[in-house]
Amino acid sequence: MRGDAPPSAWSDARQGFIDILPPLLACVPIAMVYGAISATKGLSVAETALASALVFAGGAQFAGTELWASPPPILALFASTLLINARHALMGLSLRPKTRWGRAWPFAVFFMADEIWAMAERRATRRPVTLAYWLGEVAPFYLNWVACSAIGAAAGSLLGDPKAIGADFAFTALFIGLVAGFWRGRSTAVVVVSAAGVAALAYVWLGSPWHVLAGALAGMGAAAFFAEARA
Amino acid sequence: MKVELQTLLALLAMAGATYATRIAGFLLPDKLNLGPRARAALDAIPAAVLVSVIAPSMLATGWRETAASLIAALAATRAPLIGVVAIGVAAVVLLRQM
Repeated sequence: MRGDAPPSAWSDARQGFIDILPPLLACVPIAMVYGAISATKGLSVAETALASALVFAGGAQFAGTELWASPPPILALFASTLLINARHALMGLSLRPKTRWGRAWPFAVFFMADEIWAMAERRATRRPVTLAYWLGEVAPFYLNWVACSAIGAAAGSLLGDPKAIGADFAFTALFIGLVAGFWRGRSTAVVVVSAAGVAALAYVWLGSPWHVLAGALAGMGAAAFFAEARA
Repeated sequence: MKVELQTLLALLAMAGATYATRIAGFLLPDKLNLGPRARAALDAIPAAVLVSVIAPSMLATGWRETAASLIAALAATRAPLIGVVAIGVAAVVLLRQM
């Protein structure tokens, strides 16, 4: 890899932009499906775009459409969002020491969606995550998410059944590819097998969204258990 | 372009909850003195979180999704990210026609 000279803010931003493109493309059908479902719950195009702009968390937004009613159950939506997004606390814990965001960090963390975070973690295996890199990721991904949600809401039922084009599976395939980027041999295998097994069981027994926390904690626990005791 | 007040309030509640979870990990003390096991647990977060989110789709939806996940995982050993997505989606579409 190149990298003797310290990279400029511009090249960092450009690299962030390039790195986020594959997840961005995978999110096009996901956001459109979200918009279409949101429209069936009675939200206008503007309201759907606003949901994507304000919440900017796919999993919680999909769950929100499940709970949505008229008038919306605000407390239930709040609690569900908190629970589904609890993983962000772990993600932030992991990412924070790798960031160089200065005083902009309270602004920057607003955009810590799964895909943006995952690509930043990938970047952090080689160099710190500068604000320029982060914003290079955020700008296109955020605009794409909001715009495609709005398009989905406007097009609505014209899109047809998302399952027929495998749109519901794009997210799963994307995350499998992202996990591969973190692969470091057996220590990762231990984490992946424990997290996947416990999360699947928790999903069957307890239901969503408990599987995320249960699986994440199981993966972390397994990593700690199998860690070699070296200082 | 209508936005109803009730809807706006509900969206703001969801946004507030999301932001709280995103800022939470950044609010801890700057220097954490971690032992090797805590360090390993922290290092495991990216893979553990990502896998947990998709575990229901991979393992508890049906054999087609599980098979497509395996195919995507195989693809991930050599293909770039967007190729993994394309192969995974194509696999699930084909399998669902069986």
